[in-house]
Amino acid sequence: MARRDNDYQRTLINYVVGFLASLALTFCAYVLVSGHILGGITLLLVIGGLALVQMLVQLLFFLHMADESRPRFRLVSFGFMAMILVIVVAGSLWIMYHLNYNMMGMSPSQKDTYMTTQKDKGF
Amino acid sequence: MSTPRLIEQKFLDYKTSSGFWLYLMTDCVLFASLFATYAVLHAAIAGGPSASDIFELPMALTETIILLTSSFTCGLALLALRHNNLKQLIVWLGVTYILGVSFLTIELSEFGSLIQAGHSWQQSAFLSAFFTLVGTHGLHITVGLLWLLVIVGVLFKRGITPKVKRQLMLFGLFWHFLDLVWIFIFTVVYLMGVAA
Repeated sequence: MARRDNDYQRTLINYVVGFLASLALTFCAYVLVSGHILGGITLLLVIGGLALVQMLVQLLFFLHMADESRPRFRLVSFGFMAMILVIVVAGSLWIMYHLNYNMMGMSPSQKDTYMTTQKDKGF
Repeated sequence: MSTPRLIEQKFLDYKTSSGFWLYLMTDCVLFASLFATYAVLHAAIAGGPSASDIFELPMALTETIILLTSSFTCGLALLALRHNNLKQLIVWLGVTYILGVSFLTIELSEFGSLIQAGHSWQQSAFLSAFFTLVGTHGLHITVGLLWLLVIVGVLFKRGITPKVKRQLMLFGLFWHFLDLVWIFIFTVVYLMGVAA
């Protein structure tokens, strides 16, 4: 019974730590954006990074992915999903960005002007 | 403790939850394609409003905190389940349900005010992508809430049985997963939309 209580305590602490860490990370990202502390691409990278850290926190503390025993089917399927995800998202952005550039049927100088205005708009 | 029956039960639990986990992974791929669509189209505003014109960060933050808290209380419910504490279990599930409903209410009111202002999914590719991505997540939340209602109904009728235990375990995975997806919606759609 003592072992069971220990296990209970440990899981409870896991949930509380995961919850507090997630809250802290969310507030960090929110303050960074609303307080205009960083700007430009740095800000995007930092809040993207914070989201990834929060994903790890929740995978470990809420979904208990580290507790899985061998063979780690969940971890393997998660890894495969992550690979597909990166290919789909990064691939789409890459291809569509270049499509915009290559498929416009403009002269090179027109294209350059167009791309500069597009870039200023953040696309 | 480790009677053959219990071991069999544990194996069945693992098998079921692994299958459900695979479903969650395919759902992730669905969301990945919607995120990719949004990322490609977020600047295609067709003369309509851009992300920073229409999104209100305080409201998105409230939604995030509500969903995060409901994920936490769902975890507490699973803990109570482990201790076979029916009363505590139902209380935490109730809290989870109320938080889920409030999240959905805020989201729908946001959709409503956008549509009333003339910014529905028909206005631009950006808004189509936005409504599809966030709406799909909201649909998942709705299904989760219906599922939770059914589980609580069974709990009231039959108490804690191995079958309902397994259902709750799967529901927990589903709910935590939806919270995880929302973190990325909050970051990519709302925070990055306002920041850019």
